[in-house]
Amino acid sequence: MSTLAVDKLEVRHGAVRAVRGLSFEVAPREIVGLIGPNGAGKSSTLHAIMGAAPVVGGDVTLGGRSLLGRRTEDIARAGVALVPEGRRIFAELTVEENLRLGLAGRRGGDGDGFARVYELFPIVHEFRRRSAGALSGGQQQQLAIARALVAEPDVLLLDEPSLGLAPRIVDVVFDALAAIRESGLAVLLVEQRAQRTVALADRTYVIANGELRLTLGPDDAGDTDRLVAAYLA
Amino acid sequence: MTLAVLNIDWQTLADALALGGIYALMAVGIGLVFGVLRLVNFAYGQLIMAGAYALAFASQWDLPRWVGILFCFGVVLALSVAMDLLVFRPLRTQSPAVMLVATFAIAFLLQSIALLAFGPLGKIASSLAPLNRPVTISGVDIRKIAIVSIVVAVVCLLLLQLLLTRTAVGLQMRAASLDFGTARLLGVRANRVIGGAVLVSGVLAAVVAVMLTVQNPLVTPDFALRDTIVVLAGVVLGGLNRPIPATLGGFSIGFASGLLGGALPTNQSQYLPTFLFAAVILVLLVRPNGLFTRRQQAERV
Repeated sequence: MSTLAVDKLEVRHGAVRAVRGLSFEVAPREIVGLIGPNGAGKSSTLHAIMGAAPVVGGDVTLGGRSLLGRRTEDIARAGVALVPEGRRIFAELTVEENLRLGLAGRRGGDGDGFARVYELFPIVHEFRRRSAGALSGGQQQQLAIARALVAEPDVLLLDEPSLGLAPRIVDVVFDALAAIRESGLAVLLVEQRAQRTVALADRTYVIANGELRLTLGPDDAGDTDRLVAAYLA
Repeated sequence: MTLAVLNIDWQTLADALALGGIYALMAVGIGLVFGVLRLVNFAYGQLIMAGAYALAFASQWDLPRWVGILFCFGVVLALSVAMDLLVFRPLRTQSPAVMLVATFAIAFLLQSIALLAFGPLGKIASSLAPLNRPVTISGVDIRKIAIVSIVVAVVCLLLLQLLLTRTAVGLQMRAASLDFGTARLLGVRANRVIGGAVLVSGVLAAVVAVMLTVQNPLVTPDFALRDTIVVLAGVVLGGLNRPIPATLGGFSIGFASGLLGGALPTNQSQYLPTFLFAAVILVLLVRPNGLFTRRQQAERV
């Protein structure tokens, strides 16, 4: 297991500086939250880590080795898995075929198949023969996380996994993230639900305009909303 | 001029099924590459032309039949891989229009090379000619190649289905044609998937080259050009986005073409493409998303 380090990252979309000198680390067995308003640069940071956004400065390293300039699929195969915003599951394929695609990013042999993710998400096991498009939004989100985990990554990135989910399902997803942390992964969680993220994460960074504004620990969860509002005003 | 009365016999039906099968294979070959590259490869017919020349030279050199077929596969596959490495790969990030024009250029280039090197009169591929003779099945004469084409087309389509559903690279090809960006996020290697699709498409081109050369042993620089245009119409007719509709489109237009070609009197068969393309235009006016796509599917794309 390796540490993901983002160091003075600069991302620019044309004239827009989406991320400005952002630095943080995500170590194994750790959840780091990234919260902030729309357009703060959260998604740009994730895309930059995956080699899918124009990085104009700084560095992204995994276990000390730079990921910059590498192809998206090679970064995935190096041990970084992204659960993208909107889940992006293959609706025309079956649930099991979606999981099999996750194997593309797995290093080494076939390991233990899908047993671990089936244990984590029983619903995915139950519906494995169905068309993925027939699943509900919450089930699709569980499938998207399961598909990322099949690759047995060192680092799991999630882009707003609770978006559009019923509260009961958000509980399922957040419980799963806690279990994933226990298994030793480094988890970077981009979220809009500030309070829940701060409560779950080991550290949460509040960013706005591409810059780090505030670092919160789990103890700050009680008062998060007021704190965040104050800093983003 | 009146439309000829259709008198369809068993032989015409067999020939039409065979042509449908061959066109279905071409449609799949074009559709596979379109799926992963969003590119209609207009040079597909020239791959088949190159394979046909390989067969013609093999029979000129008196090589055994199976060596000639192997030579044909070798030439077509080498050309497919070269096309991927030299043209598709460097141009992949360009707009679809650039790639489309590039495949036009390759098509004309290959055709011109054939014209310069082998002359306009063409070569005869005679070694496979015996397959063109008929066998008599319960009183009906059917050309052997018709039977061979139908069987080969069915076997190829079944093997392809197995490849696409049962193997990792096949699944990755399907995923890539649905959403390449997400597939790459999961670690699917773009070069491998595209290379695989180009290679499978090349194998199909080689199979088609053998079948068409048996039917039409005179190999000229414009060999398979007309077939490719008809198949492209068929692929559009069926729906370009999905392999199965594209295959059905290719089969339908080949079958219709064979049936009409056999039924029309010889002096009217020159108008056959006109009728076919008129039919394609009519169908697309009524069903712009293609004949074999479900409405809901087409809207999502």
